[in-house]
Amino acid sequence: MLAELGNFALVIALMMSMLLAIYPMWGAYKNHAQMMALAKPLAIGLFVFTLFAYIVLTRAFIENDFSLAYVAHHSNSLLPWYYRVTAVWGGHEGSFLLWVLIFSLWTVAVALFSRAIPIQMVARVLAVLGLVAMGFYLFILLASNPFDRLLPFYPVDGRDLNPLLQDFGMIIHPPMLYMGYVGFSVAFAFAIAALISGKLDSTWARWSRPWTIAAWCFLTVGIALGSWWAYYELGWGGWWFWDPSENAAFMPWLVGTALMHSLAVTEKRKVFKSWTVLLAISAFSMSLLGTFLIRSGILVSVHAFATDPTRGLFILGILAVTVGGSLLLYALRAPQLKSTGRYELFSREVLLIGNNVLLTAATIVVFLGTLLPLVHKELGLGSISIGAPFFNQMFVFLIVPFVFLMGLGPLSRWKRQSPTALVRQLLIAFGISLSAAVLVIFSYDQAAYMAALGMTLSFWILLTTLQEVMQRIEGNKGELSVVAKLRALTPSHWGMVLGHVGFAVTLIGITLVSNYEQESDVRMSTGDSINIGGYDFVFNGVEELKGPNYGGHVGLVDVFEDGDFVSALAAEKRFYPVQRTTMTEAGIDSGLTRDLFVALGERLDNGDWALRIYVKPFVNWIWAGAFIMGIGGIFSIADRRYRMAKVAKFKSLTSNGKTIEPATEAN
Amino acid sequence: MNPRRQKRLVAVSAVVLVVAGAVGLMLYALNENIDLFYTPSEIVEGKQGQLPKVGQRLRIGGMVVPGTVARDQKSLAVSFDLIDTGPVVTVSYKGILPDLFREGQGIVATGVLTEANYIVADEVLAKHDEEYMPPELAEKMKGIKHVKPQNLGGTD
Repeated sequence: MLAELGNFALVIALMMSMLLAIYPMWGAYKNHAQMMALAKPLAIGLFVFTLFAYIVLTRAFIENDFSLAYVAHHSNSLLPWYYRVTAVWGGHEGSFLLWVLIFSLWTVAVALFSRAIPIQMVARVLAVLGLVAMGFYLFILLASNPFDRLLPFYPVDGRDLNPLLQDFGMIIHPPMLYMGYVGFSVAFAFAIAALISGKLDSTWARWSRPWTIAAWCFLTVGIALGSWWAYYELGWGGWWFWDPSENAAFMPWLVGTALMHSLAVTEKRKVFKSWTVLLAISAFSMSLLGTFLIRSGILVSVHAFATDPTRGLFILGILAVTVGGSLLLYALRAPQLKSTGRYELFSREVLLIGNNVLLTAATIVVFLGTLLPLVHKELGLGSISIGAPFFNQMFVFLIVPFVFLMGLGPLSRWKRQSPTALVRQLLIAFGISLSAAVLVIFSYDQAAYMAALGMTLSFWILLTTLQEVMQRIEGNKGELSVVAKLRALTPSHWGMVLGHVGFAVTLIGITLVSNYEQESDVRMSTGDSINIGGYDFVFNGVEELKGPNYGGHVGLVDVFEDGDFVSALAAEKRFYPVQRTTMTEAGIDSGLTRDLFVALGERLDNGDWALRIYVKPFVNWIWAGAFIMGIGGIFSIADRRYRMAKVAKFKSLTSNGKTIEPATEAN
Repeated sequence: MNPRRQKRLVAVSAVVLVVAGAVGLMLYALNENIDLFYTPSEIVEGKQGQLPKVGQRLRIGGMVVPGTVARDQKSLAVSFDLIDTGPVVTVSYKGILPDLFREGQGIVATGVLTEANYIVADEVLAKHDEEYMPPELAEKMKGIKHVKPQNLGGTD
């Protein structure tokens, strides 16, 4: 009965999204205050009813209601309660319900936290969100309903959650990733609303900046969590596979990064307006494309749930309408987007747009590499696959100019920068980074050109960021101590510093682990020992393992360095009887400068075991950097000026001798 | 030409150059890194009338023939036969096989063709789903019944 209520709630949410798409838009067109005022309650309603449906489904999972097809397929009575809660997004239907729940969450957040923005704008933004929501609620109800019953013959027990997803990383990774994916819809809605209204000054850029940064933070952390999960759960020891599903999340990240920087230029300098609008449309389009690629099941991937061609076609339809419609609108309005600011060839504006071009190029590389095999197959040219070497090669080419500009950009001025003024500073930074990189490389046994390159780039970012902060302090001519001057820097400035430092930290991790990791697949019997990367791994045999819904074996390995005990690792091989699947749970000793990683392979004929052993230097820095970037984003959002927008606007208008009507915004 | 136009020309030509360079590099890198997908019968009998060359990098997808998985007694070297609807191709691999590697299971291997029907693989994939078969393989093998392990015993 409750499940039917959940279904009903989704239908009401669909109705609300329809009203939300029509009334506020109409009201904004007619300048009808009451109709525009409907946007907020409708957005709240949308969220409340979706949340209700979501809670109903969660309850069905907790109470093991196997009469629901979705629960029966993705849960089991032996599953621990916390995995039953997360199993809600363990399959296609539920993960889509989470998608729309998060979508409605962003919508309601825009409705509640946009007091500083004129009501026409908010009405239009929410109406655009309502329009997009309509497509997805229709999709859920027609093609992917999680409340379908298996009556009258329902199973006694469920088919269990995919053991891969029975893991802590899986509890937080999908919601985080979705927050990022879906969050770009807000930037998209702002851009579309600005295009519709025809008010294409740069104010919309200021309004959508904090939303874009928030979405970007979630996406960054979400991708990092996914990578971390793949590292310890898949038992392969890799942290990035250029798997289509990873690429699907990486593309919106690349475009989102470009958008975030382009919005800053548009807001501050009133240039590149047209480009920024295009990026806002692309970022959300990439999110939709990612959803399509992963959820339609046309790709070979861990994330590809049950394949159903109608679902793929439906999402493809939504994608085509959204992208096509917004590009059409863009084509009609873009000629009106006139940039008013002036700048010279060597200026911060040009450096930023340079990095935008490189990020776009990177997106195209990933896009081609992901979609070419599909196109190739559809054209009847046979199946192909594009391996990691392609992506690695392309990204090495792209990252050198990218990082060069990344160091140069913050140091230079808006409008015009004299190149000679920076040369000395840059030469110092380059000299120090190169020597530091060489020192680091010599601390390892063998030199590698790639490692030298990567370390130089990382140090370059760190040093130029430091120079930039010093430049700001020197620029502050007040009679203050250095600490006070540091405190005088705005949070959004610290956001940039942290973002860039985080990127450097990730780059250090990637460089060192790619060039200096030691790997070995070995055959060991109890008591055997092997030396890898200066560590002695001693195999102490295998014991039986008994978990709540799995059994298996656990391999015990002690690690010594120069005879001193370092760590005892337990590498598990789990067998989940319900799904008849075997899972590898690696034993990892994490550290600041290295990870020791042991995964248990299969048992061999004579009682020996196969083991995979890694020593991975600095691998944790990859994810630590991503979290630093995320924290940087939070700093940026915390900047006061985003909340002062209305005050500033009020002042500027009244000082012009005009009056405004704040009454409509008061409620 | 006034300075403004000149500036635009420089900007536009820079973008065009960068894009052209990127596309060139990309096509070059792509050429080096495309792995074609074959089934065992396509390796032996040719795909669209063309036999793969010895020394070529490729992907192969097929069913592991039961009883052909042979482990070396000293090392982790292993070899097994793959089949679809016709002839058999032998794959050798050194290292740990994926969790779901089983006789009778569909797998995909990437490696180099060293003899007409012998592949030295550097990667072996088997996916984490009982009913899973790589779509490309399923397409090629339409008509062959994929029996679920729990139905093999004849119960249910």
